[in-house]
Formats: sequence, C-alpha cells, structure tokens
Amino acid sequence: MMTLPIAPTMTRRSALAAALAAVAWRPAFAVEDANGAQAGALHVLNRLAFGPAPGDLDRVMRMGTPAWIAEQLHPERLALPSFLANQLATLRTPNESQRELVQSYREMQKEAKEAKQAETAPADGKKPGTDEGGERRKQIANIYLEAGEERLLQALNSPRQLEEVLVDFWFNHFNVYEGKGLVRVLTESYEREAIRPHVLGRFRAMLGATAKHPAMLFYLDNWLSVAPGYQPRRGFGAAGGAAKPSGLNENYAREVMELHTLGVDGGYTQQDVTELARILTGWTLAPSQQPGKRRFVNGQDFPTPQHHGDSIFGFDPARHDDGSKTWLGHSVPPNGQLEGEYALDVLARHPATARHIAFKLARHFVADEPTPALVSQIAQRFLDTDGDLRAAMQAIFDSPEFHDVRPVKFKTPYQYVLSSVRATGITTTNVRPLMATLTQLGQPLFGCQTPDGWHDTEADWLNPNAITQRVNFATALASGRLPLQRVDFTDAPAGANGMKAMERQTDRAMNKDMAVEGATPPVDVTALLATLSPAISDKTRAAVAGSPPPLRAALVLGSPDFMRR
Amino acid sequence: MQRRQLLQMAATAGLAWSAVGRTAFAATATQAGQQLPGNKRLIVVFLRGAVDGLSVVVPYSEGAYYQQRSSIALARPGQDGGVLDLDGHFGLNPNLAPLMPLWQSGKLAFVQASGSPDPTRSHFDAQDYMESGTPGRKGTPDGWLNRLLGAEPPVPAPAGTHASVTRGISVGATLPRIWAGANPVANIANGARATKPTLLDRPQVSKAFDALYSGDDAMSKAYRESQQSRAEVADAMSPAAMDHEQTVANNGAPLPNGFPDDAARLATLMRRDPNVQIAFLALGGWDTHVNQGGAKGQLAGRLQPLGQGLAELATRLGPTFDDTTILVISEFGRTVRQNGTGGTDHGHGNTMWALGGNIAGGKVYGRWPGIDASSLNEGRDLAVTTDFRQVLAGVCAHNLGLADNRLAAVFPGFDAAPLNLARA
Repeated sequence: MMTLPIAPTMTRRSALAAALAAVAWRPAFAVEDANGAQAGALHVLNRLAFGPAPGDLDRVMRMGTPAWIAEQLHPERLALPSFLANQLATLRTPNESQRELVQSYREMQKEAKEAKQAETAPADGKKPGTDEGGERRKQIANIYLEAGEERLLQALNSPRQLEEVLVDFWFNHFNVYEGKGLVRVLTESYEREAIRPHVLGRFRAMLGATAKHPAMLFYLDNWLSVAPGYQPRRGFGAAGGAAKPSGLNENYAREVMELHTLGVDGGYTQQDVTELARILTGWTLAPSQQPGKRRFVNGQDFPTPQHHGDSIFGFDPARHDDGSKTWLGHSVPPNGQLEGEYALDVLARHPATARHIAFKLARHFVADEPTPALVSQIAQRFLDTDGDLRAAMQAIFDSPEFHDVRPVKFKTPYQYVLSSVRATGITTTNVRPLMATLTQLGQPLFGCQTPDGWHDTEADWLNPNAITQRVNFATALASGRLPLQRVDFTDAPAGANGMKAMERQTDRAMNKDMAVEGATPPVDVTALLATLSPAISDKTRAAVAGSPPPLRAALVLGSPDFMRR
Repeated sequence: MQRRQLLQMAATAGLAWSAVGRTAFAATATQAGQQLPGNKRLIVVFLRGAVDGLSVVVPYSEGAYYQQRSSIALARPGQDGGVLDLDGHFGLNPNLAPLMPLWQSGKLAFVQASGSPDPTRSHFDAQDYMESGTPGRKGTPDGWLNRLLGAEPPVPAPAGTHASVTRGISVGATLPRIWAGANPVANIANGARATKPTLLDRPQVSKAFDALYSGDDAMSKAYRESQQSRAEVADAMSPAAMDHEQTVANNGAPLPNGFPDDAARLATLMRRDPNVQIAFLALGGWDTHVNQGGAKGQLAGRLQPLGQGLAELATRLGPTFDDTTILVISEFGRTVRQNGTGGTDHGHGNTMWALGGNIAGGKVYGRWPGIDASSLNEGRDLAVTTDFRQVLAGVCAHNLGLADNRLAAVFPGFDAAPLNLARA
C-alpha cells in the first residue's frame, strides 16, 4: 500500500495543535513562527474567501495577512484573470435591459396561456405549446442558468474573494426568491445592479437600490400597493397582469423594517408598518414607459427615473397616498417619492439598523454567537461613518475576536461546495452539477423562498442528512464523477424542468461508475493536502493514509475538518 | 456499523437478510398487524408563511365574512365553488374535499381562533415561538418536538436488537427549530432521493468514512445517526416492501411531486417501522399577500395537494392511523379584511387541524370570537381564544398519553388546561 508523504506536515500540525491547546488561542498576528502564519493565512482565506485554492496559502503568507486583507477591501484594484473574464463575456443576460427581461417573461406567460387554451380546444389539430413557446421557456431557463454561472464562476475563481463572500451575504440579507414569477428573469440583474456595486459602499445606497429594483418590488409586492380607493389608469395598471390593486399591501413595508434594517426588535409597531406602506405607495414598475420619453399623469410631468440606467422603477403619483403620515414618531408631510427616500434615510441611519447589520456581519465573519462588545464596535463604526460598509468590515478585521483562528463556523452548503471545488483546483466551466448539489443540500441558489434569507449558524445546517450528503458530494467530486467541464449541451433538457433534469443527471453521475462527458480527472490527494495544509488534522491525515488510494482525496474533502471554516 | 455492513453485504450478495436485528422484528410486527403497546404516533405538518385559516374553515354563515372579503370569499355550501358544510356555521374549503370522508367518520377536527398569546406579526418570530413552544421567549434553546422525544420513553428495543435513532423523523434537507435539542433526530431528503442508494452505501466508501466520523462530536454523531437511519429506512422501504405497498395502497397511480409524494413515503415508513414515533414535514408558500383567489387561484392551488397528501397519509398509515395524530399548524392567521391587492396581510388567530383515529372529530373546537368589527384583534384580525399550546399539550396528554409531570417539561411555563380532542 502506498504511503503518503505527509510526515513533515503532521509534525508542524502537531506542534500547532499543542500550542493552541496550551494557550487556548492567541491573535494570529502575535504568533510569529511559520505555523502561526500559515494558520493565520488559512483563517483569512476561510473567512474572507471561499477557502484556499492551490497556491493561496503561500500567496497570503508572502504578502502577510494585513496586506492581503487590505487588498481584498479594494476589489476594484484586482484584475479578473482572462479566462474568467472570457467566461463572463459569453453571458448574454447582463446585456439585456430590465425591460427586455420582463418582456421575455410576459411573452412566455402569454404563450403558455395561449398554449393552454389551445390544448383545451385543439380544433385545428395543431400541437400547442410547441416551437416558439418552448423556445421562450428555454430562454427563461437560460436566464436563470446564467445568473448561476455569473455567481458561481466568480465565487470560484475571482481573486476578489471578499467581494464574492459579501455578494452572497448581502443578496441573502436582501433576499429575493427566483421561484416567484418575474423574479426568475430579474435575479441576475438584481445581483449585478442592486447588490454587487454596493457591498463595500454605503448601506443606504444598497437599501435604495434594492427598494427600487423590480425584483424586490415584485417579490415583496410593493409594486401593487396603492392608495386606498385608487382607480387604475389604462396602460399603467396592466403592467403585471391580472392584479387590479385598490389599496395597501404591507408586505414590503414590514419586511424592510423587520429584515433589511431595524430588525424585529427594532421598536416599530403595526401602525408604523401601515404608515410606511402608505409612504411607499406609488413605488412601482413602469415597464411600458419608453426610455427618454416623458409621460404626463394627471396633468403633471411624470418624473423619469433618475440615476437608474435602464431601470423600470417608476414612481406613480396617481398611486401614491397623498395624506400626512406619522411614522416612527416622525411626522411625514405629503411629498411624493421623497417621502419614501426620507424613510429609507431614517432607516439607514437608525441605531437599531446598525446593531442589526453589525450582528449579522459578526455572525457571518466571526462566530455564531458574537460577543456584544464586538457587535457594538461594528455598529458604532457603521453609525460613525454613515453606513460605510468598507469601514464596518475593517472594524471586524481589526477586532481581537476576528483573530481567533479556530474554525468555529460550520460551513453552509454554499460555502462547503465552493470551498471543495476551489481546493481541487478544477477549472469549472459547467456549474449545473454544483447548482443541483446546492438544491440537494437544502440551499438552492437564489432559492430561499422567504425574505429572511438562509440562516447562518451551525444549528441551521448541521444535521444527519447534511453530513452524508456532503460526503457523497465529496466522493463524487474527488473521484471525477461530476461533469464540471462539460461544454456541449445540445442534448441537455432546458425549460421548466431544466433544474429537475440537472438534479437527476447529477444524481446519476454521482452514483454510478460511468464516464460522464466533461468529467474531471480524479483529484490528486498530495496536491490537495498541500493546498489545505493546516486545515486537515492529524487524525484525518492518518485515516487518509490508511485508506485505499482512490478514496483518499474524497476523505479529505469529506472530513469533519473540512466542514468548518 | 457492523450491522450496517452486514446488511450491505447481504444485500449485495442477494441473500435474504430479514433475520438481521430489528428488521426481523419490524417485519413480523407489521405482518401480523400488531401495534406495539402504547406506541402512539404524532405527525406535525407546519404550513410556513401563515395559511389563511378563514379560507380553510370558512364562517360562511356570517355576513361580515362576505363584507370583508369582496373578491376572495368562498361561496356558501351548494353554490358554485361553495364550501363543504361542516356544522351549519363553518364550511371546509372545497379544495380540501379529499378530507371530507375523515370529517364524516369523525376523525378530523379543527380548533378555530387558535394561536399565540404573543402578538407578533413577524413570520419568523411567530414560527420560532410555535416551534420552541414558548411564545414570547426567544432564548429557549430547544424545540418542543425534541423535548417530547425526551419526555416520552422509547419503546424498549426487543432483546438482541438495536435501539433505533429513527424515533424522530424529519422530512427535508435541514432540521428545523422544532427539532433542536439533545435527542437525536434523523432527517430524510424530500422526494424519491430519500430511499435511493448513494456512494456512501458502498461498503468500501462507508468503511473509510466511518473511521473519520467515529468521535463523540456533533458531526460524528450526526453522521452515525444518518447512516443508521438510512439503513432502517432502506429496510422498511426495500423494493420488496414497496411492491407490497402498491397492493396495500390499492392505487398504482404515481402521486404528484411534493407533499402528496412525501406524505405517502412517510406513511409507508411509519407503518412499516414501529420505531418512528414522531415525524415532521413543512410546506411553504402560504404568504398570500396578492391575488389569493377563492375556490380557484393561488391558495386553492396550495390547498389541493395538501388535502390530497393528508388523505394519502391517513390511508397509507393503514391500521397505524388509529394510533396516530396528525397536527397541521401555521404561525398565525391573516387579516380578516382583504387588502388592496386581492390578498391578505399578516394577522393573528388561525385554525389548527387535527386528524387521527383517536381524534374526537367531526367538530370545530374553540370559542368563536366573531369577525364583526368590534370583535377583531387590534381592529383587523381574528382574535385568539385558544392558546396553541392548549392544543399541542392536549394532544400530547390525551392522544399520546404523556403524563402531567412530563407535559410540564415539554411546555415549560404553560399552565392552562390542555384541550382534550381525544375520543373518550
């Protein structure tokens, strides 16, 4: 039986373990030997990145963790590698306007409806729902797939790892669910336009961008919420189909306070929910509005949305409740769209919001139960800088709590899958098996149905089924069963059942010993152990060494050590 | 892991393996139609997102209902798309027609105007409270189903057999709050994947990983629980057993994906594996703020598979249904008045459902507070007249036979009288 050349690493590892046991923990920057530096490098790669890829540990150690962190806080200074830039350049969805995306969806709906009608009365003998309708469904499915590609390819391979971690965090914070109607075609646009540009910018900017993005307006229903007694005009009310609104819908007004800003204990009442809903009436979609044209509504100039590129957000004065409001103790006089802007200002600067955001960031980057001291430190920096998220991140990375290098966070399925693929060094061109795996692990991409997003603690993700599912994924990945480099999809089903088919294909690939097209070579365990180095314990290394060679890489990726970050 | 390997070897070699361990016992007990003494079962179905209870058990005899819901009210019995009369006052949503035989045979009850003493309209807080069983207290570390597992002593494993980990089964990829706690719970995937073989079922693979997950830590325990429960599920759901199942269910038609399919699989598992005492499933999609619809539409589309799945569950449990209580719960009800977008917003009082051979059904329980303007909670919602814990504790005490002193451990701080829904 082959013996693995792991002895030197084991020694280093034992020394580190002994040191850790002796002093509980020390700030990584205080540990000056190579082991400490390696542990520190691993730590930042686990928290500011989706784990180490081959060569990452050495690179971070060469730079030193403070310099690497500083670099990550300025992603705009890091160039994307050309292979990734080329991959992203092939995506079509980023070039489509919100209007075009919504139009595609509407046409699909219309065609589906016609096909259904034709099906119930097939008078002309023509097979309904064919050709164009099928093509349209494929197009919609492809928009969703591209959202997944844009997200996962960058998360796997972008050197701007902190940005990728934050895109996941903030999308989840301002969650929209791709399975709700229009949202499916808008998920990519939402992430690219409302989330990504702001993750190290101002919180207020992201709050405003999400509030006005059609994905959020549709997901939490605000686009339909109107002043009581509103009578729809022709043209405007027909934007979303059958709904004929006649009054308030308080869905977004509640969730923007409970989930996006103040937090559930942030001190608002039902009355505040209703009043905020009134304030936000008229924030809606105006997809039929032509760019550059101005409409006249009730004799007034309809304001063309500003600073939103091709945004189809529109404020419709006719839908707006023009009465005075009393909200969170503020009296809000009638002022059209500016009432809502004022409300978002108040929410973004509220101390309860700072606490809520600080707690969630600390939970994500430090520990499931962060110390109150850490949370108030971050919250204070947030307030002092008027919601500058880069400053808030800096506060976290400067804290002594962050420098506890123990891997106390249990990876979410998303983190587990990404860190596994990154560790292997495989250049993924086909993300479908990863999307299918995320669904099987209970965290489908863009698939959290409820606005609270996925939860972020060990208690939420560690369960019996999770461990064995992860082990299965690790085994499939390490043995080269996943078609991550498949390029030809001419035979792959598209349309509404695309995801289900993707899951079935992945299941088959994972469970059978068959060569699948686009499969990757088996993962080399020596290289894998070098990439992960201090992340893998002596116990695991011993078990790996004593196992049949074809299973060794699987054991590393499926080990308890690799479940944590 | 020895037993598991034995099973795998036996299965691989095509040998008869029914003589191994607990399997033999389970098969015998089931075949003879015996029930283990005192082996009461509970299935909780959580409707996440706050189902509109007033569209489930409809107060069709009240004018206020039609006044408040101009476009989403369900018609009176006998009319087109009308409700199915329950007691002359309430009617059942017509999309739940598959449940009417259970109502007529007295095995289905509702508790109207039930809910939380906590006024929150946050889905997430309200679900948390309903799952911890401690409304208003967020710090409770565990869920009431987990505490119930601890309070109810396991059926003693027959001599020479393993104690089972599958006393508590959750359907779905994650373990929700209601299961949090010290007692082990197994979860199985949704859909047909729950019973499909995986790479880890290969002896060589499992042997290698068993060594890595041999410790006393949470991950190792979870791994072992999963492996053991998968083996048990595989026993109960073997191809031979499933062939037999087709005959029993007398219904060869495949069920629609989603809840009916999961419910049928769970029923089969529970009927064939007497160790499973408590099970949990959750369904989302009840947060109908827009275009809720009436006899047809969005909510109708959700209720149909729910009704079908619950009926499947009752049927496929077979004789086990006599000892089983199925509870359908949701975090709160929705506004009595429909909102400006053909939907309903977050409200308060709701309807709880109880099904089972031992339920004194055919009755709508709970004091009805009325829905005229002066009776509403905060001027907008159905008031709560029955604390949801009265129903949960009542089922634990009267249907599962949990002793009073143990009840207090399951619902700490709760001292109101449990509601008795059990047959005398």
